[in-house]
Amino acid sequence: MKLYCLSGHPTLPCNVLKFKSTTVMLDCGLDMTSTLNFLPLPLVQSPRLSNLPGWSLKDGNAFLDKELKECSGHVFVDSVPEFCLPETELIDLSTVDVILISNYHCMMALPYITEHTGFTGTVYATEPTVQIGRLLMEELVNFIERVPKAQSASLWKNKDIQRLLPSPLKDAVEVSTWRRCYTMQEVNSALSKIQLVGYSQKIELFGAVQVTPLSSGYALGSSNWIIQSHYEKVSYVSGSSLLTTHPQPMDQASLKNSDVLILTGLTQIPTANPDGMVGEFCSNLALTVRNGGNVLVPCYPSGVIYDLLECLYQYIDSAGLSSIPFYFISPVANSSLEFSQIFAEWLCHNKQTKVYLPEPPFPHAELIQTNKLKHYPSIHGDFSNDFRQPCVVFTGHPSLRFGDVVHFMELWGKSSLNTVIFTEPDFSYLEALAPYQPLAMKCIYCPIDTRLNFIQVSKLLKEVQPLHVVCPEQYTQPPPAQSHRMDLMIDCQPPAMSYRRAEVLALPFKRRYEKIEIMPELADSLVPMEIKPGVSLATVSAVLHTKDNKHVLQPPPRPAQPTGGKKRKRASDDIPDCKVLKPLLSGSIPVDQFVQTLEKHGFSDIKVEDTAKGHIVLLQEAETLIQIEEDSTHIICDNDEMLRVRLRDLVLKFLQKF
Amino acid sequence: MDPECSRLLPALCAVLADPRQPVADDTCLEKLLDWFTTVTAAGSSLLLLQENPCLVELLFRVLKSQDLSSRILSFSLRLAGIFAAQEDCFQYLQQGELLPMLFGEVGPLGGAAWTAPAVRSGWIQGLRTLAQHPSALRFLAACGAVDTIFSLQGDSSLFVASAAGQLLVHILDLAMRGPARGRCSPQACDWPACAQKIVCHIEDSLCSIATPQVTQALNVLTTVFGHCRGLWTQGLWVRLSPLVARLLEKDPVPASHSLVDLLLSVARSSVPSSDRGLWETLAQTLSHLSPTQAGPLALGILKLQDCPQALRTQAFGILLQPLACVLEAAAQAPGPPGLLGGAAGDPMTADTLLCSKSACVGLLCCALTHLGLLQPLPQRPSPWPQAPLLGAAVTVLRLCSGSVAPTSDVGGRLCAILVGCGRVQRAALDFLGALSQGAGPQESVTQVFSVLLEYLMSPESSSMVLKKAFQATLRWLLSSPKTPGCCDLDPRTQLFLRELLPVLQKRLCSPCWEVRDSGLEFLTQMTRHCGGQAGFRQALLASEVPELTKQLLQDPESYVRASAVTATGQLSSWALLAAPASPERPGAQQKSLLVELLHVLCADSEGFPRRAVMQVFTEWLRDGHADVAEDPERFVARVLQAASRDPDWEVRAQGLELALVFLGQLLGPRGSHCPCAVALPETAPPGTLAQALPEAAPPGTLAQALQVLCRVQLFEFAFRALFDCDRPVAQKSCDLLLFLRAKAAPCGSPQEAGDSPNVASVEATLQRWQAGEQGQPLGYLEPGAVMAVLRSIDLEGLRDTLAESSDHVEKSPQSLLQDMLAAVGVLGENEADCY
Repeated sequence: MKLYCLSGHPTLPCNVLKFKSTTVMLDCGLDMTSTLNFLPLPLVQSPRLSNLPGWSLKDGNAFLDKELKECSGHVFVDSVPEFCLPETELIDLSTVDVILISNYHCMMALPYITEHTGFTGTVYATEPTVQIGRLLMEELVNFIERVPKAQSASLWKNKDIQRLLPSPLKDAVEVSTWRRCYTMQEVNSALSKIQLVGYSQKIELFGAVQVTPLSSGYALGSSNWIIQSHYEKVSYVSGSSLLTTHPQPMDQASLKNSDVLILTGLTQIPTANPDGMVGEFCSNLALTVRNGGNVLVPCYPSGVIYDLLECLYQYIDSAGLSSIPFYFISPVANSSLEFSQIFAEWLCHNKQTKVYLPEPPFPHAELIQTNKLKHYPSIHGDFSNDFRQPCVVFTGHPSLRFGDVVHFMELWGKSSLNTVIFTEPDFSYLEALAPYQPLAMKCIYCPIDTRLNFIQVSKLLKEVQPLHVVCPEQYTQPPPAQSHRMDLMIDCQPPAMSYRRAEVLALPFKRRYEKIEIMPELADSLVPMEIKPGVSLATVSAVLHTKDNKHVLQPPPRPAQPTGGKKRKRASDDIPDCKVLKPLLSGSIPVDQFVQTLEKHGFSDIKVEDTAKGHIVLLQEAETLIQIEEDSTHIICDNDEMLRVRLRDLVLKFLQKF
Repeated sequence: MDPECSRLLPALCAVLADPRQPVADDTCLEKLLDWFTTVTAAGSSLLLLQENPCLVELLFRVLKSQDLSSRILSFSLRLAGIFAAQEDCFQYLQQGELLPMLFGEVGPLGGAAWTAPAVRSGWIQGLRTLAQHPSALRFLAACGAVDTIFSLQGDSSLFVASAAGQLLVHILDLAMRGPARGRCSPQACDWPACAQKIVCHIEDSLCSIATPQVTQALNVLTTVFGHCRGLWTQGLWVRLSPLVARLLEKDPVPASHSLVDLLLSVARSSVPSSDRGLWETLAQTLSHLSPTQAGPLALGILKLQDCPQALRTQAFGILLQPLACVLEAAAQAPGPPGLLGGAAGDPMTADTLLCSKSACVGLLCCALTHLGLLQPLPQRPSPWPQAPLLGAAVTVLRLCSGSVAPTSDVGGRLCAILVGCGRVQRAALDFLGALSQGAGPQESVTQVFSVLLEYLMSPESSSMVLKKAFQATLRWLLSSPKTPGCCDLDPRTQLFLRELLPVLQKRLCSPCWEVRDSGLEFLTQMTRHCGGQAGFRQALLASEVPELTKQLLQDPESYVRASAVTATGQLSSWALLAAPASPERPGAQQKSLLVELLHVLCADSEGFPRRAVMQVFTEWLRDGHADVAEDPERFVARVLQAASRDPDWEVRAQGLELALVFLGQLLGPRGSHCPCAVALPETAPPGTLAQALPEAAPPGTLAQALQVLCRVQLFEFAFRALFDCDRPVAQKSCDLLLFLRAKAAPCGSPQEAGDSPNVASVEATLQRWQAGEQGQPLGYLEPGAVMAVLRSIDLEGLRDTLAESSDHVEKSPQSLLQDMLAAVGVLGENEADCY
């Protein structure tokens, strides 16, 4: 069993598991932090961005000034943003049989894999994952395609040139594999390969393994996966949460008794408690708005935003913010808000019960009804008519490199009354802000990451007790910035096996058993013999038939019936291919009694030596050795067949035959 | 005994002894016992039994009855104990062989009823009450009760087991209290047999290998040394101390909690004056117990008034150990000598800290709490290591927040255990607050402020932790030194305040109401104490805190609204709510606050904010708040009008408090001869005014004052309150009117207005009010009529009636007996009162 690790990002995993005869890809995450190296794509012409000076080498050489621009001491690529794909060279991706998706954030690289690698298999995911994943992809494509960029920079990627660049461009990895965003056509084609599954549904893969999605409690439709055969069980835990937010709670019990537990997608901010962060978010929002400032919340169109809107629903009246408009701007805002209300079966119990009242499960419906929350596909159109300040705007993209957020950063960045509150943990907020410097607006970092923290992991592992834990290397040591925090790493016994990008891991267990079925008629013919109470043995002569990873013992073929003319046939022709079976022996030889028997039969001068594996009985006169071991007995005598047979018969007296 | 009770008693005894008529209510039986205790305390029990033979009859019938409930049996045992507490009555009951039948082996002791814990408990309590005289001791010896008590010490019911232990102590004390027993020798050959037996039993238990038995013996001894004052206790200690010391040789020390309790009990008794060896035992115990077990003992030792210095040093060292280990573990480099003068931390303490999270948290919390308790005591160890303790508290808090990066392995493990631990954070913040009473070196105080700020800012701080952080911050701010030469805050504190206020501002916007509430409480206290200091005023006015506080008057949570009312009231008192932008209209902002608070008083649906408004208004009136001083009459009239309609009695009572303040200002405070219309701020607690008879006011000003009181309709408010259905309101009103009547004594004679039709109608209205019809208003009253009415009401009588508890009628024994009989249907229906 092997694990091929194609992504180095612990929360955007992409691994391939070879298990029995199947090749299973676990998640398909897309690392978008590469876009932080690019200049933002402004929706409205930005003189500031277009007038940024080109970057030149220390010696004044300016051959890169078209591709690289400088802003407040940082250098950015002036080109269409590109993404860092999972490793494609480590394994032939056309051999992947299935792809299992655990949540909508972990499927963003899917079009790159399904459309460009020769992949012919099936993708499995739950319905909300697919629908919301589609929204995220659609938003991404829309954000990038609606700001066409003539230029595509590639010169800087040259290894010799990259070395000369300042950090972080100099240290960017695998830049040659960075790719531009996929198209909507590719998205549709990729999504068409997905087969929908429900929690606890058992899916057979070629009869060899069974895969089952389990609720992971992190997002709508998010799943962990069990991959098991009759005798082996691998659990894949990715992006799970034990907090009570909107999704169905995590199913922990089904993860028990795993041989291997692959653990990815833990919280990216283990020191920040989501409750505290939500409090921080609300307080800062209220303070800004009370002072007449605007609040910008860069966010994804689904996920934490539902919980934030729910908190605000409860908070705005108490904070006296009832008259403040909340805007949600995204090409998929409407679909996201509506989808969230229809996936009742994927929601937590409280929200499910609301559906039967009937009430919308999320209170943002009421915010929309009362006009407190308004949503728009983009800043163009209706929004510009309705826009009122001070206000709160939720919009993407959290990287601040594309999407409507770029416009608001340009619009509000100059005033210290305004605040940008970062709630998504995927991007470093300082790096995200770099191309907007100098910035007067206040920046608040309230990352809300509801995924498991290390205390919860420790409890989970105690509860489910896997034999082995496999995780990204980042989880096996404290974060570099807090090297003293020994509590911020996985602590389990035996120590977790770690992996990094482009590494192949041999998983630490051997398959020892395989299930084989016996045909009823063959079973009927068996004659078991009890060799000790409760244990019976029988010899089986059969043909092993293997098809579709199922093994069946069938009765041996019967001899062909004599044809009409021949009436007599020799006995030896009956079963031509079968040799005469020797009886099987069982039991053990008690050395003392064996020696006594030898003496009774006239052997003298017997010596017994203990060896590591058993005993050697030495008949000195006869110059003969009898080696008695746990599973074999050898009689070694030179050229005296009579003696050997005599001794053999004495040995056999102690053993049972069948 | 009341003849009516005597009449009812036979029927009640018959009911009690009748198993077919179960008494449903246990509390009735308890009340009955209380009553009998009172009756027997006042007179002879013997006479009582002779006059009411039904009582003895009841006891006999209870014994004979087979299927009586355990509670009646238990009741009877306790009742018999009450009667037999008097020696003559004891003899009387003995003659009838009743006591052996109740308490001896032939009684319930051997029967099936004994399985009920209530019966066993009744048996013990009966004996406990009975054992008051030498005859009782002989009786106990004769019926073998002491052995039974020994066995009951291990009873499955904790109540029974504990009562058995206490009974043993009582018997021992009784036995030893006899004449000339004061100086018992340790050998105790001349101790009474009963005492000998108990002491031998204790000795056996102390030597037992079973921990529960050792615990029982230690608990009995703890009670002995805690409650018995005789000199014989010293002899007892001399005899038993070797056995106690032997417990320390075992590993682990058995029943360590009880051992600590015993040793402290002995140390607080008269024993140390005669036995210096006790200090040695204490020292040994301190060194034998685990750090967690030794903490309470160390604290107890340090609280003792008189104990050897070496022992105190040892005990203090134990309390300091956990913090010393923390300091050592978190130290970046060898620093100055820490808590233990440079000595290394005890490895055992370090092991306890690291062995598990619960052990670590428990030990640290105990150490912090114990040291916090010790800090304010006069007998606290001296020199008090203020600076290292501050350092330790700050370090613990930093470990809990993960903001310290210890280099040592131990430090790293401690950090992993403590990070995010709310319990330790709360204990450490409390401790840090307690340390504010002592000074500290400059850099320590800077660290304290920085860690407090860190906690107040951190989104990870829970609401309880924040509350503690606010409390600690307040204590440090209030104890911070003032700038020499003026009463303003020192520059460092001012700097801290400037950093603190934005944090407070954010906390006032928290979605968690507890946090908003703690923030407001902090602000109120801060303003109360520092409202006059220029530095504070400047910083506060430059922030948005006052504005935010005002907005919180509309908070959806009533507690927060109440705190906001108090905070804005306080800010306004110090003129900290005025908008600096409108100098041309001084006071405009505050006026609107008065209106706003009046609105809260009239319209808020919850009681807490309305009560808070009344308190603020009373304070404003007392302190001569600028807004109120403009037109106090109008202010009082409006407030009283609103308060009189309030459904919450506390608001109405507070209204009377405000009225009293107003009266004091009008008529002059107690002892003053020169009342003026609006007096200076009143300082005497108004509640005491009525108790001491005030001096009469001169008639001229008095008439004017009465006019004012009539205009603000204070009398209508007070008269209504006099008949309020809530007793505290009526009492307060009664006090107020008595005060007023005494003040106004010289104002006219009863003849002046007594016969006017106005008075008659007022009296008629008041009578209707008393009858519960409070709809009709009094209308405008003339001062003369008011005084006449005041004289005509029997205020003293009313005060006495109100002083009785509201259920004084229902509490009478007669009522109790009637109720019990009614409950089983012996009396006619509906005759009993309900309570």
